[in-house]
Order: sequence, then C-alpha cells, then structure tokens
Amino acid sequence: MERVRKFESDVQLIKYEVLKEVAKLAMEGTLEEKKDDIQYVIDPGPEPRTRCCIYKEREITKERVKLAMGGNRDIKGIVEVLEVACDKCPLNRFFVTEACRGCLAHRCSEACPRGAIHHINGRAYIDQEKCIECGRCKEACPYNAIADVMRPCRRACPAGAISFDDSKKAVINYEKCIQCGACIIQCPFGAIMDKSFIVDVIELLKEAKENDDVHVYAAIAPAISSQFTYAKIEQVVCGIKKLGFHDVVEVALGADMVGLHEAKEFAETVEEKGIVTTSCCPAFVSYIKKNYPELEDKISNTVSPMIAISRLIKHIDSKAKIVFIGPCVAKKGEIMEEELKGDTDYVLTFEELAAMLDAAEIDLENCNDGELNNASYYGRIFARSGGVTEAVAHIIETKGIDTDFRPVKCDGIKECDKALKMAKVNRLDGNFIEGMACVGGCIAGPASLHHGPKDKNEVDKYGKLAIEEDINSSLRIFEIKDINLDRK
Amino acid sequence: MMVLNVCIGSACHLKGSYNVINKFQDIIKDRGLEDKVVVKAAFCLGECTKAVSVKIDEEEEIYSVNEKNAEEFFNRHVLGRL
Repeated sequence: MERVRKFESDVQLIKYEVLKEVAKLAMEGTLEEKKDDIQYVIDPGPEPRTRCCIYKEREITKERVKLAMGGNRDIKGIVEVLEVACDKCPLNRFFVTEACRGCLAHRCSEACPRGAIHHINGRAYIDQEKCIECGRCKEACPYNAIADVMRPCRRACPAGAISFDDSKKAVINYEKCIQCGACIIQCPFGAIMDKSFIVDVIELLKEAKENDDVHVYAAIAPAISSQFTYAKIEQVVCGIKKLGFHDVVEVALGADMVGLHEAKEFAETVEEKGIVTTSCCPAFVSYIKKNYPELEDKISNTVSPMIAISRLIKHIDSKAKIVFIGPCVAKKGEIMEEELKGDTDYVLTFEELAAMLDAAEIDLENCNDGELNNASYYGRIFARSGGVTEAVAHIIETKGIDTDFRPVKCDGIKECDKALKMAKVNRLDGNFIEGMACVGGCIAGPASLHHGPKDKNEVDKYGKLAIEEDINSSLRIFEIKDINLDRK
Repeated sequence: MMVLNVCIGSACHLKGSYNVINKFQDIIKDRGLEDKVVVKAAFCLGECTKAVSVKIDEEEEIYSVNEKNAEEFFNRHVLGRL
C-alpha cells in the first residue's frame, strides 16, 4: 500500500512518518521506552534530508513526536508552532527585487501613500519603517519587480492570530486562534502542527480488546469521499475494523439528525433572534465568539453532526466510546468544550488514520468486506459548502414547515466575516448564515490527505450512493426525540 | 419485556434492516404486543454475513432475518416465548 500512497510534499510525508512510527510503538507497547529513538529512524543521517544539518532535523523530529503524543497539554489550543522548525521567514512584506530596472517613471513611489519609497541610482528601495503594506507599489510597477513575501502562516490565518516573537519565530495568539488549521498546511517548513491523540485512541482500542464492555466506534466524516484515492471506501472501512473498532458509522447520519433539528429550531427561533447561524463548523462558531461576541446568541443551539452521531450511538449502545475521524483540526478542540464533554471521546484526522492503518500493516488491497452506508444524500453533502442549507431547505419543504427561510451561504472565513459584519449592523440580506471556515467546506479541511482542488460534484455523487434518499427516510427507525440535540 | 435487537450497521442496513424493524413494529402493533416486546436498533452484532442480524435479549444466538421471513421468524422464535 505504501508504494501507491502519494504525498503532496515532504512536509506531509515527514508528518506521516512520525505519526506512523509513534502509532507503531504505541501498538507494540514500547512507546515510552523507545520514543527518543524515533528521530534516528526518521532521520538516519549522516546527510540531512531537508534542513541544514542532521542534528537540527532530529531536533525537529523530537518536537513532532511530542505533538504526535498529544503535545503540550498546558497549551489549551490544538495548533502549536514547532519552535525549532520555524525558519523565521522575513518579517517585511514588500521588497524590491532584482527585476527593478531603475526606470524614470517611478510609478512605485508615486503610488505609495506614505512616501516610503526612495530611489538610489535610479533603483527603488522601501523604507520598512514607513511601509504600511498596502501593496500599491507592487500593483503599480510595470516590471512586476516588487515581491509580496508575507509570511505564509500569517497570510493563511483568517483570524489574525499569528505574530512573531523577538527572535522572529511565529507565535500563535490562542485568544484569537479559531483552530481552523489553515496555517498547518500553508507553512512551507512544516513548522506548525496539530496535537494528535493517536496514542490515546490506540490505548483505548487495546482496552477494548481485553474488555468486552468497551465498544470503540469509528465515526467517519462524509469528507471521506475525496480522501482515500488509493483505496475504496469499503476497503478503508474494512481496514478500520481490523484496527479493532467495533463498528464504523457515518457521521452523515448525525448530519441528517442535525438537518432535521436545525430546520425545526430555525422555524421556532428566527422570529425572536432575527438571524440564525449554523453551528456545524467549530472554527466558524469560534470565529463568531471571538470576533462578534454580540452575535453569539444567534448561533444555532443545535449540536454538530459529530456530537449528534456520538449521542445517537451512545443512546443505542451504552458500552460505546466514539472516535471521530475527519479532515478537521478544529473538531479536536470542539470535543473539549465544557457543554460537549463526554459525547465524542477522541478525534483523529484522515492523516492519522492513514498512519495507523500502515503502522498496523493492514493491507487495504486485500480487504474487501467493509460497507459504509448509514445516512442519506443530505447528510453526506454536509461535507461541502452549501450542504447544510440544502438539508434544512429540504426539511422545511418536505415537512411543510411554515417559515421564511432566507439562507446566506458563506464559503470560507472571509465570506463568513462579510456576512457577520452585515449582520452586526442589521443589514444582512437573509436570516440564516451557513458558515464554513475552509473554502469549499470540510472536503478542503487542513488534515485531508489531499489538498488539491476539490470537486463538489464528487461529494454529490457520493451522496447519491446513499441507500436512504432523504432525511425523513434515513431517520425513520429512530426515536429522535429521545436524543438531546441541543448544545445547551 | 423481550427486546429484539436488530442490527443497523452498514451491511445490515444495506440488506434492509430498516424495513425489518418497521415490519416487526407493524407486527407488534397489529397483535397488540406493545407491552411484551420491543424492537431496538443495535450496531454491529459481529455477524455481518448473516445480515440482517437479529438478537433476542442478550442471548448468544444471532438470527438472520429479512423483510420477507420476518413474520415467520417472529412466529417461530418470539411468539412462543411471550
């Protein structure tokens, strides 16, 4: 299987290698004793693979191992900067490159509103003390000679949570961080990583093997449709069961429940609230709480599909422990929220799942007796932008709910921010905000195996393979009223 | 109260476990047995090849049931014990 697995970059590859090694030792039960040897397995030397010297590479690997084993538990956030790995990219955003021809027109300095550009021997120089990073010089230059080298982490962060310390290393402000994980995939040096709970999950699976009173369920996010290109979903499910999970269930069934509950909640509360926002995406919810506290009471009180499916499974099986597996980093933070504690036990990412399957040497190619089919089309399309809105609209229509539903779909935090700004001044053209932090929706989540362009049609195609056509049909055997789907 | 546990895991779901559940519910209602037997959804009972898997109370045996033979199963294995 390894030979067909493709990695997008060395960053992804090295992260995978560390996770796999940690998982392997945890499965063997030798992690504590051998964790300091992992650096020699990953970076055998004598030549370095990616950095200046082998000692630095090993030091970075040591930090990665720490993160793979849960990271610094004193830090409340899920995303951490690996101090040694941060390459201290230039702080100044705009600078004049060699392409500057020293022309006569000086459009750059003409365009600069702060007089920050001067010319020496015809060539332009930027006074970084005066520069306000407006970018007008860059746009004005006919030779495209001014480069925008904003740090990739800072550029990626939609919450303005990344700054720098005195030594120029990146620092995350956890008061602002919404745990969306965008910086993790954007840092070209792989210096930002999410904490992993892979070891806790492996220990739980071991306990379940010994103890019949523990049933560990894998709850798989619908974004799986675009993930395992080297194996079929059925094979992945079969592999997950071989890891020791009791059963594999689609989170999309939880999404079906959320669609129904959200539609009812909307109809009941929209008159009083004026605007209701979705609550499925924890990074979006966090963004509202941190940046628009005055709109916090507009957030839907419905739990997320992850919490809904966890509560359903635990309602059916009192021995259940739930491990959510998805493309999302923010979900790792969501399960630690006070009012949701005890619903979902752990969160793994698709990256971590791939590492676990390989650590256990499970051969997916010869693994064929898995199935994954619990939900409806609507639950499955929650994985893409616009899915929640369609599900809610479908319930309002089929249940004949009399309400004025005017959705505003926001794809990515930038769009969310625009809608929230309008909502704040009561000028939003709509009364239901669907917010997704990742552009494209969950299928573009930071812990996906593939970060290329995502095809929304693939999700819809996968949705149509669901045996249950719609939400009313997929929920027909459950007594949904017995399950609490409220956040508070 | 006797509990009929019907597996709703993916394999059983695909083989029509929701219809089996609905069928049992209809039988129970038609015959007025609501206070004697109840149908409950269960996740994987470990016998995916027998889909749809049905288990009575906490007994070991897993029965293979489908929509068509659900009534026969009910008459044979459930009715006599009520």
